[in-house]
Amino acid sequence: MQGMAESLSLAGALVLAADPDLLQIVALSLYVSLSATVIALCLGLPLGALLAIGKFRGRGGVIVAVNALMGLPPVVVGLIVYLYLSRSGPLGFLGLLYTPTAMIIAQTLLITPIIAALSRQVLEDLHLEYAEQFRSFCLTRRQTIQALLWDGRYALMTVGLAGFGRAIAEVGAVIIVGGNIDHLTRVMTTSIALETSKGDLPLALALGIVLLVIALGVNAAVHSLRLSAVRQAYA
Amino acid sequence: MRDAALPLLDTLADAMPANRPIVPLEVAGLTVRRDGRALLDGLELSLGAHGVTAIMGPNGAGKSLLLRCLHGLVTPDAGAMSWNGLAPEAARHRQALVFQKPVLLRRSVAANVDFVLKARGADLARRAVLLEHVGLLAKAGQPARLLSGGEAQRLALARALATGPDVLLLDEPTASLDPASTQMIEEILKSVALHGVRVLIVTHDAHQARRIADDVVFVSKGRVVEHSPATDFFPKPGTALARAYLEGAIIP
Repeated sequence: MQGMAESLSLAGALVLAADPDLLQIVALSLYVSLSATVIALCLGLPLGALLAIGKFRGRGGVIVAVNALMGLPPVVVGLIVYLYLSRSGPLGFLGLLYTPTAMIIAQTLLITPIIAALSRQVLEDLHLEYAEQFRSFCLTRRQTIQALLWDGRYALMTVGLAGFGRAIAEVGAVIIVGGNIDHLTRVMTTSIALETSKGDLPLALALGIVLLVIALGVNAAVHSLRLSAVRQAYA
Repeated sequence: MRDAALPLLDTLADAMPANRPIVPLEVAGLTVRRDGRALLDGLELSLGAHGVTAIMGPNGAGKSLLLRCLHGLVTPDAGAMSWNGLAPEAARHRQALVFQKPVLLRRSVAANVDFVLKARGADLARRAVLLEHVGLLAKAGQPARLLSGGEAQRLALARALATGPDVLLLDEPTASLDPASTQMIEEILKSVALHGVRVLIVTHDAHQARRIADDVVFVSKGRVVEHSPATDFFPKPGTALARAYLEGAIIP
């Protein structure tokens, strides 16, 4: 096994040389996790909004359930998706197992509860502030939800970021449903796990560096957006 | 009425629904209890179809709560309210309420007005006229929540007028405003009242009530103690409670 310094140096060279294998893995990781985040936002935000302003029997139970699902173990999600998509499973005829689509499905299932639960909290706080004014304006439920989503946009961006962070960093679900197939379903986290087990630390470290840079970059962008929002009192 | 108010009045005229008026108002036995205490205690009130009514009374008398009941935001425990035959909930879409602490959206000044205009399906071109009349046209692009207290209240008034209300309810709208802003709001209230909008304003400011009100409803301990024309109320209040209030005495 190479020394730490040598591995880091080789990893840096891989990143700087824009190694094609490395780029392919990074691109697939971004594609899978961004797709899952967008789909989860489409599902989770309306669900969070409905839980925030809705009044129905069992609302408390649904909130507790959604909150509990935030801690869903990725391997369990991977296993469930696997069972559904495997050849003998109910959705086996779709032939999605060991494809990026299967990985997107698994990550979507994993992060939708996170987005729903966090957005519910954000929107409920906002609704407490706006509720009487909105009733005075005679807004419909649809208008209320639209207004809450728009006015909570900066806080919801952070919610989306939390979902994306969870998706791109997880390994358990995507390795089960994706299979970690080279040039097909290999993403950064599964590669890091594989290369580390093989003792190929430079590639694992290079991918780790990219993962950290992505995480830092996205966080910095959202932080800067939030600062701008706070300055304008929009946050 | 200021000449400059005319475009605003035209704006309101366009927004006025052509259906029947929602005034006069009749309130009978209005009671709201919280924690075993009657905050409104069998309150009786009749208001005519026109003018500006000032609702006055000591802190905790139930003035703001009365306004919320009339707007259909609070359901009473007992009693009846009728806006010319309509329940408050049904009449709400033809009223506007300016809260004591305005709740502004996390958007620009212009977008705050646009939001209401869009919700009511009104013409967005009205925004400029409304903002001009509350002196905020130059700040249309600024974030609403960075406005000063007075400006925020003027924006809340512009937003309320954007709904084209038949009845305008205001809960101490000038409590935190400087004299210039107060005067501007009072002029607008007088203008819209002349145009047929029924105005009910909760205020502690006797001078303001003298300037703009046609009649005064004096509330204490959840009941209407006195209701008389402003021209009678201020020089010669009909009850000892109202007299003590106007003299600045603490009313238990």
